Amino acid sequence: MTHISEIILAVLLLIDLALVASSRMLHCIHLAALHGLLIGLFPLAMWDFQHNGIPTLGVLLVALIGGVIKGALLPRLLRHAMDHAKVRRELEPLVGYAGSLAIVLALSALAFYLWIRTGVAPAGTPVLAAPVAFTTMISGLFIVMARKKALTQVVGFLIFENGITVFGLGMAVECGLLVELGILLDVLVLVFVMGIAMFHISREFSHIDANELTHLNELDEDEADDSGESEVKA
Amino acid sequence: MSEKYFSLLWIVNLLAALVLSPLLIGIINKTKAFFAGRKGPRLLQLYYDLNKLLKKSAVYSTSSGSVFKLAPWGTLAATVLMLFLLPAGCIVSPVAFAGDLVLFIYLAGIGRMLTVLAAMETASAFEGMGSSRECQFSMLAEGVLLTVLAALVMLTGSFTLSGCLTALDPKSWLSGGTAMLFLALAFYLVMLCENCRIPVDDPETHLELTMIHEAMILDNSGPDLAAIHYAAALKLWVFLAFLSTLLLPNLCGGIGLNMVLYYLLMLLLCISVGVVESIMARYRFLKVPQLLAGAFAVAMFAIVLVAIFGKEAVK
Repeated sequence: MTHISEIILAVLLLIDLALVASSRMLHCIHLAALHGLLIGLFPLAMWDFQHNGIPTLGVLLVALIGGVIKGALLPRLLRHAMDHAKVRRELEPLVGYAGSLAIVLALSALAFYLWIRTGVAPAGTPVLAAPVAFTTMISGLFIVMARKKALTQVVGFLIFENGITVFGLGMAVECGLLVELGILLDVLVLVFVMGIAMFHISREFSHIDANELTHLNELDEDEADDSGESEVKA
Repeated sequence: MSEKYFSLLWIVNLLAALVLSPLLIGIINKTKAFFAGRKGPRLLQLYYDLNKLLKKSAVYSTSSGSVFKLAPWGTLAATVLMLFLLPAGCIVSPVAFAGDLVLFIYLAGIGRMLTVLAAMETASAFEGMGSSRECQFSMLAEGVLLTVLAALVMLTGSFTLSGCLTALDPKSWLSGGTAMLFLALAFYLVMLCENCRIPVDDPETHLELTMIHEAMILDNSGPDLAAIHYAAALKLWVFLAFLSTLLLPNLCGGIGLNMVLYYLLMLLLCISVGVVESIMARYRFLKVPQLLAGAFAVAMFAIVLVAIFGKEAVK
């Protein structure tokens, strides 16, 4: 039975793919905003209006927080950070866009396969929820790993966190703990974004990037060469 | 309501396709003109163009041979045959046979091959370039099309194209709606690619460096060019008809209502192509394979979904 929630999940899946394959920063942020907005709608779509009537305060709150924070606030901050740090697009991803797409596709196929093999969705929850949640987490983590710009990595983290939320909401609407965890992660994203905006990090986090280490090494060699040459000249 | 009656209705629809297909190009151009705030060419412009071209005589370069003369008509014939395999709305094609979906893909391939061969035969550098691009992109598009058809076969269990498309009823939308949305999206992208539409190719362009389909037919003139334009319009009809039968659930019962909805949906899809062309720019050539890879990914997801939920769909 195709339910609105299943269609939302399918669209989330498509957005994951589009995000992995898109290079423009602004495009990424827009996609992430749409992702967040759909996640805000998701608990409402899951709610059984015919049987339970008006949604409880908790569900409404989760939907509101999801929609407003993930769909409007964080994207706006990201946009602000983007303008501040003058990052327009990811020019040198560690993995190319077609390659990223293929990898994420393979991983998500694995997620679907594992879900079929192991999990049985609890009654009344969308069958797609768990595999889509895992795919979303995978693509989020993949973006964090395969992109160099700090801002793209934050978008990746946001998507990863959206995946966790989908899992929490899809498996049990009533269970508040997972959702609370999600909100905590939201705060973490917020801190990241503020960091980027305040310190104008337009490139990579230098201290966790292995490429930077070799770069420093080369610099040393260059200096050594320079000094050697100067000695010869002298 | 005998079988004869259905066949007759199907033939009427076939004739409608043959007559009305140039109108689709007119509708797309009108949509684009509307978005640009222009008046735009008349709706029937392609008919006038075809009429004008048919009155002229063709000019052949000394370096081109028989393939060049044959190709436009061969392409047209292949496209008309594609039309024969399609159902008309909810009516199954009378000439359908098991496995004709493979033929459907190959007919598209034959038309393309003839165009490419003719373009190569003119020995023009630009046409060779166009052919190379056409082959590269359509190779990828063909894979997506095959995946979409495979998913349809899995979903419906029918091995004929008409059978597949007409077996989709409201029930299959309820059970496998997500998969079908994915299929429709993948097919839409294939349609844009196969019909040389933005974001893959710009049908308006006349800059040799950026065009694909137009670059291959630079040397054609007169009735040959008319055949090519007509075949392109027919191909657009074929793909739009495919997509609208895919999207439109077969409402068992009122044939009249079904047909009206079918033509309305085709009109809407046609306008949507015009809208896409108005609001998007053509992609860089490097980005087109990415787009098609994305379409392939979407089609593969559809297959995965059908594989998971297919059993429920059959029930």
